[in-house]
Amino acid sequence: MNGTLAIQAQDLTRTFGSFTAVDHITLEVHGGEIFGFLGANGAGKTTAMRMFTGLLAPSSGTAQVAGHDVYTESEAIKRSIGYMSQRFSLYEDLTSRENIRLYGGIYGLASKEIRSRTEQMLARLGMEDAADLAVRSLPLGWRQKLSFSVALLHRPQIVFLDEPTGGVDPITRRQFWEMIYQAAAGGTTVLVTTHYMDEAEYCDRISIMVAGRIGAMGTPSELKQQYGAETMDEVFVRLVRPTNGGGAA
Amino acid sequence: MNALRGLLKKEWRHILRDRRTLAVIVLMPVIQVILFGFAIRTDVKDIRLVIVDPTPDHVTLEIRNRLEATDVFHTVAVLPNSAGLEGLFQRGKAEEAIVFEPQFASRLGQGLPARVEVIADATEPNTGSTRQNYAMAVIRQYQRDQQTVQPGVVIATQLRMRFDPTAESSHLFVPGLVAFVLTIISALMTAISLTREKETGTMEALLVSPLRPWQIIVGKVMPYLSIGFVSVLLVILEARLVFDVPLRGSLVLLLGEGLLYILVSLSLGMLISSRTSSQRVAMMGALLGTMLPTMLLSGFIFPIESMPTVLQWISNVIPAKWFVTIVRSIMLKGTGLAYLWQETLILCAMALALLVLSTRSFHTRLE
Repeated sequence: MNGTLAIQAQDLTRTFGSFTAVDHITLEVHGGEIFGFLGANGAGKTTAMRMFTGLLAPSSGTAQVAGHDVYTESEAIKRSIGYMSQRFSLYEDLTSRENIRLYGGIYGLASKEIRSRTEQMLARLGMEDAADLAVRSLPLGWRQKLSFSVALLHRPQIVFLDEPTGGVDPITRRQFWEMIYQAAAGGTTVLVTTHYMDEAEYCDRISIMVAGRIGAMGTPSELKQQYGAETMDEVFVRLVRPTNGGGAA
Repeated sequence: MNALRGLLKKEWRHILRDRRTLAVIVLMPVIQVILFGFAIRTDVKDIRLVIVDPTPDHVTLEIRNRLEATDVFHTVAVLPNSAGLEGLFQRGKAEEAIVFEPQFASRLGQGLPARVEVIADATEPNTGSTRQNYAMAVIRQYQRDQQTVQPGVVIATQLRMRFDPTAESSHLFVPGLVAFVLTIISALMTAISLTREKETGTMEALLVSPLRPWQIIVGKVMPYLSIGFVSVLLVILEARLVFDVPLRGSLVLLLGEGLLYILVSLSLGMLISSRTSSQRVAMMGALLGTMLPTMLLSGFIFPIESMPTVLQWISNVIPAKWFVTIVRSIMLKGTGLAYLWQETLILCAMALALLVLSTRSFHTRLE
């Protein structure tokens, strides 16, 4: 996958009535890259991600995801991507095994394949003993890791993670990022939105969205240099409040 | 197909693991039939009867005796005129009154019609009409007996219902109940289960998957369709066994129409859930949007004919109205499809329109 483009967007725009949620964004995400999508609440991260995943049609502009056009080939896109929402996407009254089985079936895997991947996944997560417990009864961190693994079950080219680490402890977050690195090392492109600036540092490249536009884009070190900042936190604050705390605040 | 099977299995697991809801779904119809059945039972006994007999004679005494001899009536007062009657009714002392015309026997002797007025408290219309019918039966029997002895005896009975001039027949509740139960299970459960997926975020996961909208919908709807179907069978069986409600028409036709109606309700549930993303709002929407109209405007309890024109007009868009008509005709009259095709067609049109609308609202969320 390296070298090819996983996502390519040109002037992608989405309006809701008179409100422009995503305003002419242009970006390229390379295969195998970990691409961070940052921005304040309501900056348009989720809307952009929903357009890439085929959940929402763009108002104008063009975009290709995994080489498929978002307007006309959303079915092909859906087969090539994995998705994990802020709310984990697992059925809480089903067991881990049942959840894996369900999503395996939905993505058209053969039963034999599902069985072998299930065992592999459970072993990797160290969750063999909890496989037949309802997901509801698992700790948040486990659920989150399971959810990520389920999103990767069908070995998608690109996986979209929408604020995957909300509300988890730092250790689990660290472990979660290790899983992200593993996936990327395996060739999967990862597009992740986050609020945590320390996580931004883990990304290969990031884009910071401000009011529907891409305010800045580049590797974390490029951005820090560009804004003369020590941390990503500072970069972010300068971008979001460009006039030194002036204005309406 | 593997995907769809997985979805169906998953939905069944949701249903079967939520024991409390399952118990409610299965038991509610059964309990409702019992409740409604006994509430509308018309075994009227111990009627408090008031006799108004201005001039007692052998005929009025004979009729009075006969009334008393049935174990249904219980004479609480004999009055010389009807002046005190109103008060007795108002206070509930009297449930029924029989008012003889003065000179009853002598009018009969002269070959003139003798009038007797039967007044019943019809606060509950069914009971009221039953009370009247009992009294009428006694009087007619007397008349018939007399005619063999002395032809030409004519007792003109005159009926008057107090408090509610309409009277509903008693067997009508089961058809209405079938509609009611189906509406609740289908619309409410679908609406709730769809919005639950939205609340927990799993709906998004389904929407970004290669599943087609129709697969998601079928996967959601099928389990509730079958539960609804089982409920219909239970209710019909119970009505038959416990309350002797007849099934004069075709069972197959009845079940087919039942399926059609379930489809209408399910689509309604989907439509409701597409307009909201919280279970609570969906539940209120389903309750207000389907249960109330089904109760009030379908003719299930309140006859449509006696509603104001505007409400009658509105009742036409309530699917339950057409379904109640169909079920009543099949169960009580034994009517076949030849006479019910119009109602069936209307339900088909409603099902189609609602399905298109709800699938479309599914699509707009995708696009």
